[in-house]
Amino acid sequence: MRIELVKRKEHSGVMALLSPVIAVGSTLIAAALIFTLTGKDPALGLYKFFIEPLTDTWSLQEIVVKATPLVLIACGLAVCYLSNNWNIGAEGQFVFGAICGSFLPILIPDFANGATLPLMLVFGALGGAAWGLIPALLKTRFNTNEILTSLMLVYVAGLLLDYLVRGPWRDPGGYNFPESLIFSDAATLPVIGDGRMSISAPIAVLVVIVLAVVLAKTLKGFEIRVMGESPRAGSFAGFSSKRLTIFAFALAGALAGLAGTMEVSGSLNQLLPTISPGYGFTAIIVAFLGRLNPIGILIAGFVLALSYIGGEAVQASMGVSDKITSVIQGLLLFFVLACDTFILYRLRFVKSRKSAGVPEASHV
Amino acid sequence: MKSILRGAVAALALTAAGSVAQAADLKACFVYVGPVGDFGWSYQHDQGRLAVEEHFGDRVETAYLESVPEGPDAERAIERFARDGCGLIFTTSFGYMNPTIKVAKKFPDVKFEHATGYKTADNVATYNSKFHEGRYIIGQIAAKQSKTGVAGYIASFPIPEVVSGINAFMLGAQSINPDFKLKVVWVNTWFDPGKEADAAKALIDQGADIITQHTDSTAPLQVAQERGVHGFGQASDMINFAKDAQYTAIIDDWAPYYIERVQEVLDGKWHSHSAWDGISEGHVVMAPYTNLPDDVVEMAKATEAKIKGGWEPFTGPITKQDGTEAAADGVRLEDGAILGMNWYVKGIDDKLPQ
Repeated sequence: MRIELVKRKEHSGVMALLSPVIAVGSTLIAAALIFTLTGKDPALGLYKFFIEPLTDTWSLQEIVVKATPLVLIACGLAVCYLSNNWNIGAEGQFVFGAICGSFLPILIPDFANGATLPLMLVFGALGGAAWGLIPALLKTRFNTNEILTSLMLVYVAGLLLDYLVRGPWRDPGGYNFPESLIFSDAATLPVIGDGRMSISAPIAVLVVIVLAVVLAKTLKGFEIRVMGESPRAGSFAGFSSKRLTIFAFALAGALAGLAGTMEVSGSLNQLLPTISPGYGFTAIIVAFLGRLNPIGILIAGFVLALSYIGGEAVQASMGVSDKITSVIQGLLLFFVLACDTFILYRLRFVKSRKSAGVPEASHV
Repeated sequence: MKSILRGAVAALALTAAGSVAQAADLKACFVYVGPVGDFGWSYQHDQGRLAVEEHFGDRVETAYLESVPEGPDAERAIERFARDGCGLIFTTSFGYMNPTIKVAKKFPDVKFEHATGYKTADNVATYNSKFHEGRYIIGQIAAKQSKTGVAGYIASFPIPEVVSGINAFMLGAQSINPDFKLKVVWVNTWFDPGKEADAAKALIDQGADIITQHTDSTAPLQVAQERGVHGFGQASDMINFAKDAQYTAIIDDWAPYYIERVQEVLDGKWHSHSAWDGISEGHVVMAPYTNLPDDVVEMAKATEAKIKGGWEPFTGPITKQDGTEAAADGVRLEDGAILGMNWYVKGIDDKLPQ
């Protein structure tokens, strides 16, 4: 006997709404099982992991701090993926944007006035966009594979940052340790609340709203979706796939660069050899979890950030290994994708080999 | 009415006092950069934590977070502990320096201990060990044992602590064989078994028959074991991973320091300082010498004794790679010069990443 996935003719609207709920429910059951197997109290574990972070203003703010760069980057990536441009290099655009956004406070620390921050953010966004344009131009000019080129540029940006903080941008008073000098107050994003949340959070929400409107209500949004689903149909409508590639990469790069600059300015206050725990890659997951929809991305970013903060909470308070928390995070993603799959497909058990080969059967 | 209120307050205070008495006197918390199962750097810090638990029993409660990346996540991890009621927080990697200082400002009543950094505050102390003392000894052993006269060094980041380790190793080797060669590979990570193993293989292929490392995994020693060359354990005794390959290991023993500092907090005598101790104080310990002839073991032990007697491996004559003099004959380098070292000694076959 073997199992086949068969495409459903109609998709259940109810199940589409229920699927995230079922996914979260399955994750909770699996997580409870894991806690029990490792000898921890499952109820306490689930509470600390998923509920407690939501009950405390500090951890709520930390969730927002963690989610902000993810949401910003994922919004840009959604535009890329909707228009069939596979930008895997947001991490590099984040880093290069942060470098461009930081040169002002590092090289000209005396330039500290009201214009400093806006200029840093503009430079950051421009830098990220420039880094994103490299794979875009390579694709439109030479037809290179943007997955490869954008990914490779991640490492180039990382090494460039590494070189700068170890060499020319090293803090002269820092005993040769690889760090830039600490930014002045004029180059630090204003904080909201009593924690580490800065104005980057409302900026991210603003981006989500604008993008949601653009995608749903404007010609540009229509162009993005049409060119993703059927470039041929789009070209009849007069849309240029090359121009759209350049637009999507520049937008994604700008948002990633903005996120990078705000992370450096708002949270780190200096450049370090590593400024991102993989935000640019995690944002790919966020983009797809949010089904490439800006509002969905906002929710997905929050849920993923919750899983990080909650994972730390169970580690710190219950002595659970960090491996267990990453397994639970992985399970959450697994169940979300599995539930989505069952909306589009149904399982069929095939008794013998002879009955195989039904035309509509599709193997995944 | 007033008396009723007073009574209620007194009762509340009593219950509060009662619940405090039941809990531990102090919560000591630890932030690790790697997994506790790295069997190197973070493992040794965790051994120190376990020693604190054993020494103080119910009086002290401990907690830890492992694999906390240096960067934006570190501040959150440290602040979480400060909010969770930790009275003493050990942040055990260089990259936690500024996050530690930032959180310490917000929590003036919590004591912080940052390993390997240089920024202190009223409630932030720093601590480090003179690992370079052990490096000098293994350099001597390497020069005695190597047949090719070439050793390979797997280095993490070009920060002063790592650079001074490379230099001390080379000075030790040159004290035995002035023509000794040292090849350095920078892997830019503290813990990445795959990368470390690749670096070890590359170094062996370039003729090194002694491998030493300033990274935290056991992978380089395991490669040495497979390829029939020798090496030294890092941070922890790694003999179980390389029975025939390990000559000795430089063990970081944090337990005495952690117990001392926890005791000081309990006694109300904790003060900020910059601790920098080595073999003499038992913070750097050489693992048992194995796979070595007796005369080499005796030499190593003699050097150990010399260091215990107050001798500093960074005593001149020391010549820099560019030919200038770092220390004249018999002159001892200042602590600051060792803690901020950014130059190679003469004879190292590498250009220091600047």
